[in-house]
Amino acid sequence: MKEVTASGQTVEEAVQSALEQLNTTRDQVEVDIIDEGKKGLLGVFGSKRAIVKVIVKKNQVEEAKNFITEVIRNMGVEAQIDMTVDSNHITFDLSGEKIAVLIGKRGQTLNALQYLVHLAVNKDGEQYYTVTIDAEGYRERRRETLEGLGLRMAEKAKRIQRKVALEPMPAYERKIIHSILQEKGEVTTYSDGVEPHRHIVIKP
Amino acid sequence: MKALIESIVTPLVDHPEDIVVTVNEEDTKIVYHLAVHQEDVGKVIGKNGRIAKAIRTVVYAAKTDATKRIYLDIM
Repeated sequence: MKEVTASGQTVEEAVQSALEQLNTTRDQVEVDIIDEGKKGLLGVFGSKRAIVKVIVKKNQVEEAKNFITEVIRNMGVEAQIDMTVDSNHITFDLSGEKIAVLIGKRGQTLNALQYLVHLAVNKDGEQYYTVTIDAEGYRERRRETLEGLGLRMAEKAKRIQRKVALEPMPAYERKIIHSILQEKGEVTTYSDGVEPHRHIVIKP
Repeated sequence: MKALIESIVTPLVDHPEDIVVTVNEEDTKIVYHLAVHQEDVGKVIGKNGRIAKAIRTVVYAAKTDATKRIYLDIM
């Protein structure tokens, strides 16, 4: 992390001088006041200069974008990456010709990528971010598929009057099924097993 | 491929200078061996190997010219 210690007649002047050295702006840094300084008698005797330490904050969002861009490029896939940031939620939207490579079977590559970006962005950062990576509307399509699956399996549970267990899914995919079946209210659902084998059970 | 592994692992560890990726080409497969600083081992493996699994998933998905199977060995 970049940091610099600077001094000046006042705290404000010291900060300014540090910002110039770092070539950045006030909102990009954290200021640690080491000595507030003293005016001294008539501004001459016993005056002490103010000393501050200025630390450049890591721009987590920028780093996340660099990370995903670099990884995808190194995977040998050409993709356009659009980023939207909504307070502490970052969404990356990938598009391109060979996008299937980045999605993988049942989105496993997309999910792995999402998990790695999540780790990279939240590593020793101040702000906690959640990360979603979408590719060519995959998440929306997947949501429709999961809702359809959930409804069909609920029908089956009611018909055979037995519990129906679904295959393991990540948390947010289970949530989609839980919420659609909760809305309907005809069956109860819960999750069973330990990650990464946690799966939904539908009870009539 | 080596660059891919390094670019994934670098932001996850505290000692990026200690990342070593070695390649071992065998008859039917190419084995990449990833070694990191001792303190960082947990950061590339994760709880129940979750991070290691994610790294492998991304690495195996990458396109390669070779027809050989790729393996990623961690530590």
